[in-house]
Amino acid sequence: MKKIKYSEITPEKIYNNRRSFIKSLGFSAGSLAITSLPFVNNAIGSEQDNLTSYKDITTYNNYYEFGTSKGDPYKNSQNFKTKPWEISIEGEVEKPIKISMDEILKSFTSEERIYRLRCVEGWSMVIPWMGFSLSKLLSRVNPTSKAKFVAFESIYDPEQMKGQKYPVLNWPYKEGLRIDEAMHPLTTVVTGLYNKKLPNQNGAPLRIFIPWKYGFKSAKAIVKIKLVEKMPTSSWMWASPREYGFYSNVNPNVNHPRWSQATERIIGEGIWAPRVKTLMFNGYGDEVANLYTRMDLKKYF
Amino acid sequence: MKKYYKPSIFFLSSTPFFLILYKIIFNKLGPEPVKEITHFTGEWTLLFIIFTLSMSPLKRITKLNIWISFRRMLGLFIFFYATLHMLTYVVIDYRLDLQSISKDIFTKKFIFVGFAAWLLLTPLALTSSKKAMMFLKDKWKKIHRLIYIIAILGVVHFIWLVKKDLTEPLIYMVIILILLLFRFKFKKV
Repeated sequence: MKKIKYSEITPEKIYNNRRSFIKSLGFSAGSLAITSLPFVNNAIGSEQDNLTSYKDITTYNNYYEFGTSKGDPYKNSQNFKTKPWEISIEGEVEKPIKISMDEILKSFTSEERIYRLRCVEGWSMVIPWMGFSLSKLLSRVNPTSKAKFVAFESIYDPEQMKGQKYPVLNWPYKEGLRIDEAMHPLTTVVTGLYNKKLPNQNGAPLRIFIPWKYGFKSAKAIVKIKLVEKMPTSSWMWASPREYGFYSNVNPNVNHPRWSQATERIIGEGIWAPRVKTLMFNGYGDEVANLYTRMDLKKYF
Repeated sequence: MKKYYKPSIFFLSSTPFFLILYKIIFNKLGPEPVKEITHFTGEWTLLFIIFTLSMSPLKRITKLNIWISFRRMLGLFIFFYATLHMLTYVVIDYRLDLQSISKDIFTKKFIFVGFAAWLLLTPLALTSSKKAMMFLKDKWKKIHRLIYIIAILGVVHFIWLVKKDLTEPLIYMVIILILLLFRFKFKKV
């Protein structure tokens, strides 16, 4: 048997240091991978590590109904009443309905959907939403052949939403999708996040989320979904048609007068983290690019 | 008593710098720290433009010459905070990615204007010494009138970068316009 000299045995302390050194290498390689592949797809739930913290998701919001600062929605929405809540689905449909929130929660099972949120202001989060595909809800009402677009309308209640007392936007908040976008499985009706009930500041009791479009497309606190023949005008299009188009797909090639759309900052990564490249369709191109074949997305931004 | 005025103003003027330094070190800047630093330094630049432009009206109103003796220091603080503001954008936010930065300067009008304002500040900072004043004589005053243009560019920079709620930049604009009107009026009289 070969005798091991004492000097060849690595002292435990150094061994442990080596482990932590290798670990830290692995960690930084891991976080590098995160920044170079900023893409968390539906169903890839394994990337739990990169989820934006619950605190950041629920205290850093754009929700002008509750004020224009990022912290306002959290501060001003805590007493917002979401019960009872009814959503009207109407327009070019065979069976218009008024459906209560309770019934929605009973009839549709929400699943966890981890999606990236890219704000038009050049920042992004990774959010574990709870929800289901909007197509399921829309199939309840049988859209007619005239239903070419879907218009969403948020609640108007200036008593509870003090931001609505000022004409910052054309209240109530309106958004819209083309019917094929609305029927796409990635287009989600959101009922919660982090396995909890949706917080008021994130659009309770019900909002939509379209992962390949800038965040403002995903209307909050929805009370009306109307299927229509003509392209609806959204609140932001109304405010500034040059800056905000109807489609508003995440597109690093379409410049915005204020924010860089080529790169983004990831919320919660801290001050020394670099910007990362913004991906076409926010990284969901494989799923949604076919909706826009033969369309000039620089023209239809 | 008077000998303490300048050091106290220097001390007060540097507190925003130490405040932001404290927030950086102790991680108190919230989810988007880079934006916080950018806005903080930008806002203090505008405030120091207002302080600097207030000195000669204050002198006229109070009939005290002392105000004028603070003007140079306050003006240099404009340059100090403007430079921090610019460096936050160039170094921390864009990590000296000159290609992206130059693209921003020529495609985003608010960055163009902001950058122009900072460039115009530089000669003012460089010629702020007594020596430069003696050397340039009459020209010195002319050069330093650039601050009026810089003030307007600074406010325009703020107006153009705001997404929707213009309240804050408009407040700055009104204050700066009043301060500029003061000059106009007093020159005529």
